[in-house]
Amino acid sequence: MNDIPVQDARADGAEGSQQFLTFTLGGEEYGVEILRVQEIKGFSAVTPIPNAPDYVKGVMNLRGTVVPVFDLRLKFGMERKDYDRFTVIVVVNVGARVVGLIVDSVSDVLDVDHDAIETSPDLGASVDTSILQGIARNNDRLITLLDIDRVVGESRVAAELAA
Amino acid sequence: MQIDLKKFQETFFEEAAEHLSTMESGLLHLEESGSDNEFLNTIFRAAHSIKGAAGSFDFKEIVRLTHVMENVLDKLRSNLLTPTADLTQILLRASDRLREVVDATRRGEASSVPIDDILPELEAVLGGGRPSEAAVAAAVSLSGDPRGEVVYSVVFEPELEFFRQGQDLFLLLRELGELGEILSSECQRSRMPALEELDPELCYLGWKVRVRTARAAHELRDVFMFVEGACRLDVTAEALAAADAAAIAGPVAARAERRVAVDRRSESTSIRVPTEKVDGLINLVGELVISQAMVNQAVASLSMTPELEEALMVVQRSTRELQEQVMAIRMLPIGTVFNRFPRLVHDLTMKLGKRARLEIEGAETELDKSVIEQLGDPLTHLIRNSIDHGIEDPEQRALAGKPEEGVITLRAYHEGGTVVIEVADDGKGLDRERIRAKAVSQGLIREDQTMTDEEVNALIFAAGFSTAAVVSDVSGRGVGMDVVKRNVESLNGAISVHSTQGKGSRIRIRLPLTLAILDGLSVQLGRDVFIVPLLSIRQSVRPEPSDIKTVLGGRGELFVLRGEQLPLVRLSRLFGVAGACEDPQQGIVVVTENDGHRFGVLVDDVLGQLQVVVKSIEKNYRKVEAVMGATILGDGRVAFIVDVAELHRIATRRKAPDEDGRSADGGAAAPVQEEVA
Repeated sequence: MNDIPVQDARADGAEGSQQFLTFTLGGEEYGVEILRVQEIKGFSAVTPIPNAPDYVKGVMNLRGTVVPVFDLRLKFGMERKDYDRFTVIVVVNVGARVVGLIVDSVSDVLDVDHDAIETSPDLGASVDTSILQGIARNNDRLITLLDIDRVVGESRVAAELAA
Repeated sequence: MQIDLKKFQETFFEEAAEHLSTMESGLLHLEESGSDNEFLNTIFRAAHSIKGAAGSFDFKEIVRLTHVMENVLDKLRSNLLTPTADLTQILLRASDRLREVVDATRRGEASSVPIDDILPELEAVLGGGRPSEAAVAAAVSLSGDPRGEVVYSVVFEPELEFFRQGQDLFLLLRELGELGEILSSECQRSRMPALEELDPELCYLGWKVRVRTARAAHELRDVFMFVEGACRLDVTAEALAAADAAAIAGPVAARAERRVAVDRRSESTSIRVPTEKVDGLINLVGELVISQAMVNQAVASLSMTPELEEALMVVQRSTRELQEQVMAIRMLPIGTVFNRFPRLVHDLTMKLGKRARLEIEGAETELDKSVIEQLGDPLTHLIRNSIDHGIEDPEQRALAGKPEEGVITLRAYHEGGTVVIEVADDGKGLDRERIRAKAVSQGLIREDQTMTDEEVNALIFAAGFSTAAVVSDVSGRGVGMDVVKRNVESLNGAISVHSTQGKGSRIRIRLPLTLAILDGLSVQLGRDVFIVPLLSIRQSVRPEPSDIKTVLGGRGELFVLRGEQLPLVRLSRLFGVAGACEDPQQGIVVVTENDGHRFGVLVDDVLGQLQVVVKSIEKNYRKVEAVMGATILGDGRVAFIVDVAELHRIATRRKAPDEDGRSADGGAAAPVQEEVA
């Protein structure tokens, strides 16, 4: 069951390109596969989860489902930023799970040719590149494509260790 | 196309699972019911349906196995074979294997489960049937009795030397009587000589016995198997007298009709719906209830016309009714889980050389599907324990003056707003002396500690009590009882044990009707709201300064309630909530009880009582310690529901948490070591 959306996503992109939703985090641009994005919500208050790691901001009510919300800035070790009217929650599907990601703002949807995706360069031991799907170049923009399964999946492990 | 076929296959697997359950429960009744045709038909139909459907998907293994099973069942149905314990065992094994094959096929590894060993067994049974009995079968159908009962006249004339061979006439006649109802028995004295010539060691008598039975003629003949050469034996079927036939056929026909009627009803008035659809519906209705509350709040500030007020009330009432009705969809009779236990009892007693039967009461009691699904494991554990350690060997039972066959009772009933499930046995009960000794040696209690019988019994639930021999020499009554207890607690239930030495024991599980709705008390902590389940709350108190005592330099806190010292948990510290009140006198102590132990929980304020829809956090996140779920409040915010049992475990931990989560909850006044995040 869990694999089906992924397979669909790959199948749809068979033309040789994939669509990504791009968003910003502290002046940098990131992208997630559009087929993994369920919806985009304006930021609203979340209920903090007891004893959770700092990047786990809490849970929100998404039409009756309790959905955890992660702050991607904190997740990536960036500086904390106050939430404003541009702050959005990108709701993504990770396997059977639904997770919200807080980002500074969303930009647009990009068609990226498979050829235009470069494997992530070696950024040194201090940077974990396993959460990256690759880096896309679009005109003069440089977009870091995230492997959302790893971003969220890895945080799940971290959350369990922190408990 | 491929996907379409998959869909159909999924339906096949679901149906096959149902047919297999039907088959199994039918097979278990086979011995009791003899060759009751209605039963056999049910089993036969189940096998046949699986075979037919498997054929259309070309599942060869399933077809091969069901085909042979079907042949055996068919012979049983037409009285060419008789249901014996051995035959039932073979068929049960075959149905087990069939289940494995079906499961393997579902995983796409059809050939991973071999069936070549079970097929010859079944075929051997087929070969053993006696085709010559066909005549008898014909006689049965002649008699017109749908139950297959027929009257046989058995003429039995032992030869003169019968007694010299050491044979016992009475045993034979009694055995014959056990096979059916003796209608008449005549002693034939024609061979009796005059008194002078009578040799007291010779057998001059013969008998003509009329038996009404559902058994086949060869079974009656089998009674005389060992005296075959020493007597003249004639077993003939006779047509039933019309009156008799009517007397029998009447109720039987009525029964059959009723059964058909029941079947038909369940076919036409129920539909199969995937659980996800129902859950989706429940979620949606939950949302509706919340939105409706939000509308009410929003409108309250407006000046309302009577019409609007009226309309809002109607909406509110309908919404509530809708929610109740939708929740009822998830309710299933507990029989769906009870039904798997006759098989367990059957198999285990065979294996352990014991005799026990399972009595089921209240199978129609309804419980939420999710509760029922999670009951299987703990109940299996309890029944296994009852057979393994409760019920004695037949000899021991006989010595103790009990019937050799033990009785295990599985009972469900409503009590208040909860459902109670009991697993009782009439075995030897708990050995309190040994439990005590064991607990002392494990350091769970002090040697001089005075305890009531109930307290001693409750020790079997203590964690770590399970590993070694406790009561029985085999593996200990406490096998996994702590696990059972956790399972029950995770269903928001409570478990207790009652036992009388020599008379048996009874485990009582009390469960909420549903996991989806919970009565709770909402409490304020800083800016957050938490829900505490009402079931575990005893009272709420605003503490006086003298009510709070500290121990170990403030590391532990106690709350004094009417002279009793209770551990005090500051929920805000445990949960790491910022901005909660620090001064206990500004807050409220909610006195909760878990497992007979009371403790105080300090919160900022108590907001009110409410019924909440329980939502899973694990579904999208993970388990949060001391939290059993979340709910959505009237304003749309998420609030966490406190897990009181876990809270208690954490709060009374003496040492740092062990890997196995072992909690040493000796006394109520144990110093509290709070976990500050």
